[in-house]
Amino acid sequence: MTSTTETAAVKAAAGPGAAAPAPRRARLWRGATPWLFLLAPLAFLIVFTYAPIANMVAYSFTDWDGVSPELRYTGAENYAELLTRPDLFEVFWVSGYYLAASVVQIVAALYFATILSFNVRFRNFFKGVLFFPYLINGVAIGFVFLYFFQDGGTLDSVLSLFGVETDRAWLGTPESANTSLAAVSVWRYLGLNFVLFLGAIQSIPGELYEAAELDGANRWHQFRHIIAPGIKPVLSLTVILSISGSLSVFEIPYIMTGGATGTETFVIQTVKLAFQFNKTGLASAAAIVLLLIVLAVTWVQRRLVPDSADDKRMDLA
Amino acid sequence: MTRRAVARALVYLSLIAATVVVLLPLAAVLLTSLKSEREMADGSEALALPDDLLNFQNYVTAFQDGRMLSAFANTAVILLFAIGGTVLIGSMTAYAIDRFTFRFRKLVVALFLVAALVPGVTTQVATFQIVNSFGMFDSLWAPIALYMGTDIVSIYIFLQFVRSIPTSLDEAARLDGANAFTIYRRIIFPLLKPAVATVVIVKGITTYNDFYIPFLYMPSEDLGVISTSLFRFKGPFGAHWETISAGAILVILPTLIAFLCLQRYIYNGFTRGATR
Repeated sequence: MTSTTETAAVKAAAGPGAAAPAPRRARLWRGATPWLFLLAPLAFLIVFTYAPIANMVAYSFTDWDGVSPELRYTGAENYAELLTRPDLFEVFWVSGYYLAASVVQIVAALYFATILSFNVRFRNFFKGVLFFPYLINGVAIGFVFLYFFQDGGTLDSVLSLFGVETDRAWLGTPESANTSLAAVSVWRYLGLNFVLFLGAIQSIPGELYEAAELDGANRWHQFRHIIAPGIKPVLSLTVILSISGSLSVFEIPYIMTGGATGTETFVIQTVKLAFQFNKTGLASAAAIVLLLIVLAVTWVQRRLVPDSADDKRMDLA
Repeated sequence: MTRRAVARALVYLSLIAATVVVLLPLAAVLLTSLKSEREMADGSEALALPDDLLNFQNYVTAFQDGRMLSAFANTAVILLFAIGGTVLIGSMTAYAIDRFTFRFRKLVVALFLVAALVPGVTTQVATFQIVNSFGMFDSLWAPIALYMGTDIVSIYIFLQFVRSIPTSLDEAARLDGANAFTIYRRIIFPLLKPAVATVVIVKGITTYNDFYIPFLYMPSEDLGVISTSLFRFKGPFGAHWETISAGAILVILPTLIAFLCLQRYIYNGFTRGATR
């Protein structure tokens, strides 16, 4: 969203100002000015983001319970426990459901973004309907879908309209519960992906389609050769957000099932370890593992798709 | 020609199917919220119409017994401070980073960049200890400070806008004897209005919807925000789906109104926020 000319202009403008000779005090004052603006933001950033990370690394090598003044250095024991105790690591498999769901979600979002980028009646209505779930409060969504999946709830009512009678407890078995919860997450987040894709498609200049049509390209060709390359950066960003999102699922399962019937995710487990079982050390190690995985995924994406959104980030520096 | 017509029909069919999928779960809850306890006990189907379409008794119950009024008040206080703080912090940071060249500037930028990658949920284990050591635990200040201090997205949004303001304006003001603070207050900040609007909307909606931070930091019942107060419906109203539904609708309604009024800004804001 920024152009290189602007950046160049800023640099050029900053040049002469810095070169002008000024009295010592004025120079000092000028040097301090940006720091006065950055004082509060940096304080917040360090206190609430970097200090916790540093502390977490430190806690992860201890057996601290989060309360007592005593703590023992245990080396890498927490990490070893995390990787070797199957019940602690098993929760990662639950992410698989959400990962599969995000594939469905991205494909559906792409489909709807593509068809709504063409001339469709009631376009704004459909756009609004698809996007609105993303804005709804997570607790409200949780309750809406608890009611949806409960015995004799919305889903059963709808199925009976079609003559399908089920006495199935949708949230009763791990497979069914996880699938249902992952479906809720598609319902909730589809809208954001869809709007991002739609924005990217609509920023493609219209002449390209006209030229393609003159060359005899059909809709599929237009998608393949015009739309797909145009949305590549947004698509790669979405994939990353989906992967790190799938690994750190928390709200929907916590609100709906509390992690029961095999729906516990890695973050729910970490929160429980830290705040219910007072295993701050082990929970910190778990959080560090998750953090490293998320950073690794982001790094891989940056390497694979160098021309993505972070071009914009780069000219910050 | 016919093939085209079939394709068009299929497109509309898929759109209508998606609309049904989105709206049906919400409609069922809306209908349920209007049913009486009797109707529910008699086993009314989820999608059956209530006997009395204007039965707002459940809303009264949700509002009074569910303490929704104090929840809305607490949420409003948090919104006010968190958004105000975010706007100040974000615009100041963007101004300092974009308009000055200073030592360690690259380091400062890198600190903000890397922080944007850290998922907030993971660090709460240790953030909790820090918030606690400041004595902010179980007070409205905990979420206010956290929302204010850890919002990198709004810094990006402000940065994009600060860059688009020509530096000649700064220069002209400086020649007139204005110092950096006057330039920020009188020139940059007023020109950032569209960015402020974007940040207020995006931040407002995400703060209104956040569950994790108030849940973790404000366990007292008096300090319920709308998410946590609604979450507490689970206990006392156990199987009273008509009351829970009314509570859920009460929470969704302000969002719906905001969405209908501010649609364009909301799309823009979330697109900017996500692609930063």
